[in-house]
Amino acid sequence: MSGSITTPTNNKAKALGLHLLIIGVLAASFLILPDYHSGIIARVLILAIYAMGYNLLFGYTGLLSLGHALFFASGMYGLGLAMQYLHVSPLIGLIAGLGFAAFVSAVVGFLALRTAGVAFMIVTLMFAQAGYLTILLLGEYTRGDEGFVIKQSQRIVAGFDLTNATNRYYVSVLLFAISLLLIGWIVQSGFGKTLVAIRENEERARMLGYNVQLHKWLAVVISGTMSGSAGAAYALLFGYVGGTFATVQYSIFPLLYVLLGGAGTTIGPLIGALFMFYLIDISSQFTSAYLLVAGVALILLTLFAPQGLAGIVRKRVIRWLP
Amino acid sequence: MILLSTSGLTKQYSGLTAVNDVNFSLPQGQIRAIIGPNGAGKSTFVGMLSGKIPSTNGTVIFKDKDITSLPAHKRIALGMAYTFQITSIFSSLSVHENVALAARRISNSTDSKTVAQRVADALDRVNLTDRYEQIAGDLSYGHQRLLEIAMGLAQSPSLFILDEPTQGLSAEEIESFIKLLKNLAGDTTILLIEHNMDVVMATADLITVLNFGEVLAEGSPAEIRANIDVQAAYLGTVNA
Repeated sequence: MSGSITTPTNNKAKALGLHLLIIGVLAASFLILPDYHSGIIARVLILAIYAMGYNLLFGYTGLLSLGHALFFASGMYGLGLAMQYLHVSPLIGLIAGLGFAAFVSAVVGFLALRTAGVAFMIVTLMFAQAGYLTILLLGEYTRGDEGFVIKQSQRIVAGFDLTNATNRYYVSVLLFAISLLLIGWIVQSGFGKTLVAIRENEERARMLGYNVQLHKWLAVVISGTMSGSAGAAYALLFGYVGGTFATVQYSIFPLLYVLLGGAGTTIGPLIGALFMFYLIDISSQFTSAYLLVAGVALILLTLFAPQGLAGIVRKRVIRWLP
Repeated sequence: MILLSTSGLTKQYSGLTAVNDVNFSLPQGQIRAIIGPNGAGKSTFVGMLSGKIPSTNGTVIFKDKDITSLPAHKRIALGMAYTFQITSIFSSLSVHENVALAARRISNSTDSKTVAQRVADALDRVNLTDRYEQIAGDLSYGHQRLLEIAMGLAQSPSLFILDEPTQGLSAEEIESFIKLLKNLAGDTTILLIEHNMDVVMATADLITVLNFGEVLAEGSPAEIRANIDVQAAYLGTVNA
């Protein structure tokens, strides 16, 4: 064998380097970005966490869910209700949000994974609709579509006021960094590679002795919990909890981000969220038909770059991209 | 010692009986070939052994344990490996990763050095070492077959079920496959479905002939070659 063979360990180190570089660039960007853009980036990073959670299930395991807004909203309301009515600290609120999202995804995963393919899409969509209607039904506490605001006085963690733009930016970078490193570690572990194997050839994975059903369920739980953590972080950083986040639109967003950025890549969700957010932001300055611009961009990408932006980079330039 | 046995194993597909009341026993260390005309029920039979296909009736005993109701992944975990008749690999993953997926599942070998060693050994045994990094789907058909065999080897199974492994291999590759099987024998018990009679005659200790889902004959290669019923099943006539 030639000495130039790249070992998996080598690729792991390169991937870690890339992830740390991205985190470093994001942290440094605050110093040069105008306030307006650092505000956007903070929001995009939280949405990117949402999309990273989604990507674990869709991009890596090959399961297309149309109901992830349920998990996002579970995290959001888990934190929001605990802080609003039980007056817990933000950290306890975060744990409540994560716990509730984990519980909801465990139950939904258990039931929805009895189906496959199109039926799985429909069942997840229905669960999310049921979740949204539940939020409306319990309007007395959830405030339904109108939502409620988490008071500034409650949004202080260890002396850091999260309503302050600088603090908010760095907390979102921190949460994004944790999520990116976690996803990077998961998809390069044996577990993550088994998920890819299931996506590629489920029957073969089973006949290699893998418990396919259990792996899929764990993927739903991890994916749902990470998406829920984004919901909780969104509520905490931007101070608002509302039923809109449980609508079908919010189930479609992470799918779009992931498709645009590159399904089954660790950096795709960030690229997709950034791209989509700025596309809408910039086009809405010129036309009220900004959704049309977004739609055309999507169609072009689907036609000419079905693997998404990071997918192209992996195919053409950086083969080791995780 | 008997490694695997079945009693009354039956598979019915809505009225059609593909495998009927098969009593079969396989001693440890043997190379057993299963032959029979197309549609004789060979793949269905081994599918029921590995758990890929649920049986309608009967029992399967493996390592003295009734595994009839175990799902496929648990049977594999007990020490079976199965290679598919129609090549089934992870075609968008590298050759290395395909074998690593097989190696990682076994004996909790999550430790990357052990996995790398197992992968290297398995690839070496089928002469695919220099294709290590290639995407599996880009391999030639023959090489994909060999990769599939390497995945089985990496599992270090006690029972290795091979469903038509030499289909699509070149004469040279078949030659080295026969050598490989003979090397494996002893440690590994092998159940081989094979159409290539040269391979069967060169490797099998014992041959089981299936016809219309039933055991037609069982015996040494020489006995089977001389068996009039077997000739009839294959040729359709008896020219004794």
